[in-house]
Amino acid sequence: MATSTPGKVRGARRVSPALTRSQELWLFACAVVTLLPDVEYAPVWLTVAVAAGIVWRLALWWRRAALPSRWLLTFLVVAGSAGIFFTYRQFFGKDPGIALLILFLALKLLEMRSVRDGLSVIFLCYFLLLTHFLNEQGIGVAGFTLTALVVVTAALASLGHAGRSVAEQLRLSAVMLAQATPFMLVLFLLFPRVQGPLWGMPADAYSGMSGLSDTMSPGSISNLSLSGEIAFRVKFDGEAPPKPALYWRGPVLTLFDGRTWRAGARQGKVSLPDTASGRTFRYSVTLEPHNKHWLFALEMPGTLPPDAVLARDYQLLSRMPVRSRIRYEMQSRLDFVPGAEESEASLQSHLNMPANNPRTRALAMQWRSESATDEALIRRMLDHFRQENFFYTLTPPLLGENSIDQFLFDTRRGFCEHFASAFVFAMRAAGVPARVVTGYQGGEQNPVDGYLIVRQSDAHAWAEVWLKDTGWVRIDPTAAIAPSRIEAGLASAVPAGEPLPFFVRADLSWLRDIRFRWDAVTNSWNQWVLGYTPQRQREVLSRLGMREPDWKAMTAVMAALCGLLLLGLTFWTLHKRIHADKTVRAWNRLSRRLARVGLARKDWEGPADYARRVALAQPELARPMETIAALYIELRYGKLGSKATQQQLHGLIANLEIAAPK
Amino acid sequence: MPTSRLPSSPIHEAIHHAGRIVLGKERQIRLALVCLLARGHLLIEDLPGVGKTILAHVLARLLGLNFHRIQCTADMLPADIIGVSIYDRNSGGFQFHPGPIFAQVILVDEINRATPKSQSALLEAMEEHQVTCEGETRPLPDPFFVIATQNPYHQIGTFPLPESQLDRFLMRIEMGYPDQAAERELLAGADRRDMVASLNPCLEPGELIELQRTVREVHVSAALIAYVQALAEHTRRSPDYEAGLSPRAALALLRAARAWALIDRRDLVLPEDIQAVLPAVAGHRLHPASGAPNASASDIAAALIGAVPIP
Repeated sequence: MATSTPGKVRGARRVSPALTRSQELWLFACAVVTLLPDVEYAPVWLTVAVAAGIVWRLALWWRRAALPSRWLLTFLVVAGSAGIFFTYRQFFGKDPGIALLILFLALKLLEMRSVRDGLSVIFLCYFLLLTHFLNEQGIGVAGFTLTALVVVTAALASLGHAGRSVAEQLRLSAVMLAQATPFMLVLFLLFPRVQGPLWGMPADAYSGMSGLSDTMSPGSISNLSLSGEIAFRVKFDGEAPPKPALYWRGPVLTLFDGRTWRAGARQGKVSLPDTASGRTFRYSVTLEPHNKHWLFALEMPGTLPPDAVLARDYQLLSRMPVRSRIRYEMQSRLDFVPGAEESEASLQSHLNMPANNPRTRALAMQWRSESATDEALIRRMLDHFRQENFFYTLTPPLLGENSIDQFLFDTRRGFCEHFASAFVFAMRAAGVPARVVTGYQGGEQNPVDGYLIVRQSDAHAWAEVWLKDTGWVRIDPTAAIAPSRIEAGLASAVPAGEPLPFFVRADLSWLRDIRFRWDAVTNSWNQWVLGYTPQRQREVLSRLGMREPDWKAMTAVMAALCGLLLLGLTFWTLHKRIHADKTVRAWNRLSRRLARVGLARKDWEGPADYARRVALAQPELARPMETIAALYIELRYGKLGSKATQQQLHGLIANLEIAAPK
Repeated sequence: MPTSRLPSSPIHEAIHHAGRIVLGKERQIRLALVCLLARGHLLIEDLPGVGKTILAHVLARLLGLNFHRIQCTADMLPADIIGVSIYDRNSGGFQFHPGPIFAQVILVDEINRATPKSQSALLEAMEEHQVTCEGETRPLPDPFFVIATQNPYHQIGTFPLPESQLDRFLMRIEMGYPDQAAERELLAGADRRDMVASLNPCLEPGELIELQRTVREVHVSAALIAYVQALAEHTRRSPDYEAGLSPRAALALLRAARAWALIDRRDLVLPEDIQAVLPAVAGHRLHPASGAPNASASDIAAALIGAVPIP
């Protein structure tokens, strides 16, 4: 019978077969699933355009209409690329790159005719799935990507064999991915890790990270406080300090222009406090990336993490901007007061101030003359906040050029940065060296895993004044006006009805419970999956018994394990066939044994017929033959044949007593 | 049989009752029922007077199905089979008058006497389970089972079915003369027509549809599929045949074997089942290349079975 060659031949090239309608549906599904998370990151116009493109393609599919012409597609490519160029002003970089891929995926759907086109759609989908991790690496994204992977792989399987049902395709794909899972684990655990990411990320990859900045003007911290995002997590080694003592030191600001505070000179050497004595706390910090240099530590840091320096103002600085989540061990002395050896020039720089805000200056001079000591002056100032009609609020009125004057005398409503800024300004005006310290205050203990979570809503600003014979002393004016902010947190300090971040609200305790649990899961994910650094890898491997593992040993073990896994999987897939072969071998053995009495099975004879024929020729074999044939039929033609049945068959055939012919 | 057996069903009762009327033809009765359970159609090729009509009648009666008979003639038109629309003066519109095809069991007598036009109308209806008349599509009853007969001799003035249309029939069987004992009983016994009239249905139409569904669930193992493939492959490679078995023929073989296994009260198909239905299913689809133009279906099947080892 003549067989026809599959596929038509045009010229010398074989043309890929056309896609069936169900294959096309699979490809649409995998494109939609792949593009879903991009809605959050892609420009709105692109999302709308791609959605319109997919709907258009679906409509064409539904009506079995012809695909758009090449000219129209060329126009769409040019127009879309131009749109991306005008949105990002470049083609290179993470975001424009992803946007281009999204555009091309949508356009590929519009010219998708053959299996070959389908394959390019699928590989584009695989690649785009990977790019989701460039934006976010959370557990949610990983879970979604895994699900999407099942769909895309099912689409790939449908290109090979279109006849299966949706459930069968999905099951096949899930089985294939499940088979790949052990390899994934081996590669994850053993692939030699390098410090930092494997490849450099374009510069735009780190925009949009939130956190403290190195300037502070009225409103900057209260804005940050509206974010429920996590700044860092802390695990104390032993007892944690009480909440009011948790001042996480961040950027220290010394330069002031009447409205905005900036960081001053940081160079200069200072000595670390001695961590062997006094009240020392040990803890580890897992810092979320914020694309800035500073690291956070309890006041005052007593040790330095690797690749970090301590600035003159006791600020911890990393050599590289923090662009990925890092974890560092810290020790801090809570009772350490720095700055006893501060130089005259340095102190002078902490007295500089612009020549504005005259009313505040006048008030400060008045207090100066009324107070005998610096301590009395500070008390006078704090009493002023406490006794006059000041309000602590997340929504202070806007302030103009002489922001301190306006705040102290007119509006009297402010957030921590207003109080800290006014306090430091007044101190300087009265001749006391002072500076603003920003950072975080407090944090929330997660009862599930014991981590202290510090969020952006815990952002805070306070003041430091230099007292002769003592050094830099922390004064927190917010504690004077709203003590509950320090003791209990933001939610209890601001008046009811203010727009607090959803997660910070004190009510909804069940929600807090869920959030704590979820955060514990996320934290373990961060610690063990995303935070699986070379150091962690060495820890894990040495716990598994590999001493001093270097990359060569790891690669060797990895290759060996992958080989073993492959062998195991091969054996598993072949098992059923081997099983069947054994059955056939046993059956043939029976025939060979019976051949001695002239009762060999004819090779076209079925098992039931054979058993009947043997039973007729040798009636004493009727019973055992019946059982043997039943077992053989169950194993070879039935739905379930077990190992036990197999062994029973072997035993019966081996023990069959065949009498010599009479 | 050594394997565990399914419980006896009304279908066995039907076989028993039919065997008492159509004497000595138990194999043909079984095959006809297999064909019906596998949702196929049956072609009986034999001389007149060997009991084709009685068999069709008995089956319809026992299974509780309604029965029509179409006697084919050279001047028959498709409308005589399907039906016509006639103007009704009272209602002022055309009224469709269904033809004899609207029945659950149809006996088409001497199908090779009908013109190709009528034949193809009939065969279309068999394939599609529906007829289209004057632009309107009407479904045929379910189950729908056609038994066609053709006379292999006296070919003058007939239109033999071409191979492509023979393929529409799942099986072709021959009745053959009864053996001596059966014939003696027939001659001595009561009138067969009266016996048919006195039969009571063994099962409800709903039950039959349920059985047809069960047939599709009879297990076919990979080893058995390998056997069917080996059979088909042999007919395609061997020079003994003009053309090999088509994939449709292989599917038909499996369908019929499933039904055969079910009637044998098993929920799995054995190579023996394939061998049992092979003459009826493959006989009219295979043509020996040379030598024996008059080879019977059972000879062809036997040669094929003997040539292919069970894998």
